[in-house]
Amino acid sequence: MPFTWLVLIILAIAAVGFVTGRSRALQSAGGDSRDLHSLPIYYGSHVAMWAVVPAAAVLIVWLLAQPFFVNSRVLATLPDGVVTEGSSIGLVMSDVRRVAGGLDVAVAQGAMTRDEAAAISSKTTDVRESLGQVGVALGSDVSAEVLGGAQLYRTLNATGSLIMTVVVLVIALGGAGWAVSRSDANFRARNTVERGILALLICAASIAVLTTIGILFALLFNTIEFFRLYPAADFFFGTKWAPSFSGRGGASDLGVLPLLWGTFYISIIALLVAVPIGLFSAIYLSEYASPRVRGIAKPLIEILAGIPTIVYGLFALLTVGPLLVSMFGKDTVGWMQGGTAVMTAGLVMGIMLIPFVSSLSDDIINAVPQAMRDGSYGLGATQSETIRQVILPAALPGIVGAILLAASRAIGETMIVVLGAGAAARLSLNPFEAMTTITAKIVSQLTGDADFASPEALVAFALGMTLFVLTLGLNVFALYIVRKYREQYD
Amino acid sequence: MTDASMTPAPAKPKRSSLSVLDARTRKRNAAETRFRMYGVAAIAVGLLFLVFLFASILRSGIPAFTQTVMDIEFVLTQEQFEEAESKMLKTGEYQKIFVNALQSQLEESGLEVAFDNKAIERIVGKPGGTIRSYFLENPDRVGTPVSFELAASSRVDGYFNGRVTRENIVDSRFLMASDLDLVDALEEAGIIHGAFNWNFITGTDSGVDNPGGAGLGASVIGSFFMMLVVLFLSLPIGVAASIYLEEFAPKNRWTDLIEVNISNLAAVPSIVFGILGLAVFIQFAGLPQSAPLVGGLVLTLMTLPTIIISTRASLAAVPPSIRDAALGVGASKMQSVFHHVLPLAMPGILTGTIIGLAQALGETAPLLLIGMVGFVAREYPEGFLSGFTDANSAMPAQIYTWASRADPGFYEKAWGGIIILLLFLITMNAIAVILRRRFERRW
Repeated sequence: MPFTWLVLIILAIAAVGFVTGRSRALQSAGGDSRDLHSLPIYYGSHVAMWAVVPAAAVLIVWLLAQPFFVNSRVLATLPDGVVTEGSSIGLVMSDVRRVAGGLDVAVAQGAMTRDEAAAISSKTTDVRESLGQVGVALGSDVSAEVLGGAQLYRTLNATGSLIMTVVVLVIALGGAGWAVSRSDANFRARNTVERGILALLICAASIAVLTTIGILFALLFNTIEFFRLYPAADFFFGTKWAPSFSGRGGASDLGVLPLLWGTFYISIIALLVAVPIGLFSAIYLSEYASPRVRGIAKPLIEILAGIPTIVYGLFALLTVGPLLVSMFGKDTVGWMQGGTAVMTAGLVMGIMLIPFVSSLSDDIINAVPQAMRDGSYGLGATQSETIRQVILPAALPGIVGAILLAASRAIGETMIVVLGAGAAARLSLNPFEAMTTITAKIVSQLTGDADFASPEALVAFALGMTLFVLTLGLNVFALYIVRKYREQYD
Repeated sequence: MTDASMTPAPAKPKRSSLSVLDARTRKRNAAETRFRMYGVAAIAVGLLFLVFLFASILRSGIPAFTQTVMDIEFVLTQEQFEEAESKMLKTGEYQKIFVNALQSQLEESGLEVAFDNKAIERIVGKPGGTIRSYFLENPDRVGTPVSFELAASSRVDGYFNGRVTRENIVDSRFLMASDLDLVDALEEAGIIHGAFNWNFITGTDSGVDNPGGAGLGASVIGSFFMMLVVLFLSLPIGVAASIYLEEFAPKNRWTDLIEVNISNLAAVPSIVFGILGLAVFIQFAGLPQSAPLVGGLVLTLMTLPTIIISTRASLAAVPPSIRDAALGVGASKMQSVFHHVLPLAMPGILTGTIIGLAQALGETAPLLLIGMVGFVAREYPEGFLSGFTDANSAMPAQIYTWASRADPGFYEKAWGGIIILLLFLITMNAIAVILRRRFERRW
């Protein structure tokens, strides 16, 4: 594989450079490392750094840029007539890529020579059949334009890779050579190397920013694409969710309101379970419990937080759902038709959130200064009166922040609702009915067979954007409240 | 005549005694006890949920580790072998030989029960093929006693662990109520019995109608390769980012931006990372679908904030005197960090990393979006490198696939899978706790 080889060659240049730079610096100091400005290892590292970093940077940029360049060149040669009804530029390009990939496979397996692959024409051979023989299945017959595009694609890519290899190797050698030439006793190698390391550290820290940008772009571009195919007003204010899988566009109702309602309903039930239990556990653990009880109970409750959500999902689907049906099903009061319901998912999600609420509230209650408790006891209040009338009001903003964070967790939770809440989107008040959420629909729209360019698949990105904005807003608001509250006592 | 004597003296409040509580104190004390009970009740409910959860996992998951097998020993003579091979329906001939052997073994143990070929097929599938391929591969065993251990169908499995009973059985092509008599007789004769289901641990995913043959092995491998990617990317990047933010970062806009980003990323729903992986790694960068490499990249981005937060905490816990001492003897800032602070913070960093990995191991939703669903885990990857790029699943995604299949036989497998997943998580967390106990220094 030429790419692996390229990387290995660069690393070899760096290794040779390391040794050369080090010995050259030592030589210039007459073999006495005490006369060097820096330790010898820094001279070596300096050369290695100059060999690897610029070459790697060029390599990465080139690898990212080449597909764009090749695509646009190939597109420019395709005549306008290629894009027929029901097709798109993207589909034609993916055909081109598939044919090109097929030719590559054919050459690699020896079914064609390099020249044959470059000279093959759709008039003389059935390309689809000959590629089928080497195991590359094509959906339709290959038109002359697509074949021409594929051949151009292959040539451009081959030349591109060749130029890239040469350029990268020249840069690696040049960088190493330049660094070696600077290696003498007076060169401040350590400072240079440390500046390089610092730059690497900054890059690592910036990955968080890059991730956010990546998320934003991924969501934004596809959401805009979706709104081009489907009116935004219908998405935000539509009360019906009924994606069609057969037809493309138009036929689907993709209103977000039923999903939003399901999401909020389930989250509210989850919070109704988690907040009282979590809050009272936190109060008991921080105010009443002896250190021994606290040392046992707190880790045990926090086990609930370490359990993967798929476990809770299965628990909802197979244990809690049937249990609720036996309590509220048609044998007793007849409220519940099936095991998957808002109640099932909400209850289980509530269990999941208990440790989240309790440990956050625990921290906040512990942060209330002891002097406030002492003052209250001094006035003759009992412990529970102190908690209710002094500590909780003081901790209230923090607790509200904790609840908001828990709410954002509940809104973004996926596996419990996918397995426990059902698949039907409806606007209903009955908590024993199946409903569905934003996250569950993202999973079902993107794991189905829907074509990626169809509104049925793209809607998942609009849903993701909604989810991202909702949870981000809740988090920022919650952190703002928590931070503001903390400032009061510090 | 005094007015004073006319008006009744205002009722004096009864002097409260220290030994007798007045009504108001009693009320306040009762409120105190009540409040305290609420707390105890809340903790009890939380722990009850925990116990309930683990009880249902164990109760429903343990049967996945056993499998009902049928032991049959018989001698295939050379004539039988040749005769069977000369027939059109070769496997059918072998099946007849098998049924005869079964008949004689039942008679040996003195049990009378009527059965036909179809019943046998419902209980152990079509054994003829297995037997034929065995003898074709080992022709020297013809004429010697050979014992076969054949896996019983999943319904028979269900009968043995209580999922299928005589009351709830519905006659179908999978199992008839009348077959249960035969199964009982076979059990009495010691021909059918339970055995440890190694296939569940080492096997791969099976088809939708064969819950008995489903195994978690391939997806364990998928999870393993993902964790390798996560470890080798998130540990160096996380440590580098933490060192910068904790030791070098000046207070400026860029640093603030990074900090805000990290704390927000920690709270972004995991499914959004799945969307990111789908749009950026698969659509944009053209990496293969369902590859553990892509799964690892997505999970790396997801666990980075966790690792950065815990690493920063352990770097901050190293006292400044260490840094001052290093600087004092002439080390550069960079040297003081890499030679002194980092090694001292290492136990804490490793603990945080293991906990982050455990979190990533249990994550499901983003994997579904990048195509790592259970049914792609049909075979083991061929080599080490292809382990990163070959389509595979991961443990939680495999469990999800089983849970969403119609055959209830798969539910048992899903619970069993959860037991294996939790065993991995418990091991990882135990290692983290031991690391912390053993190496972490309190300054």
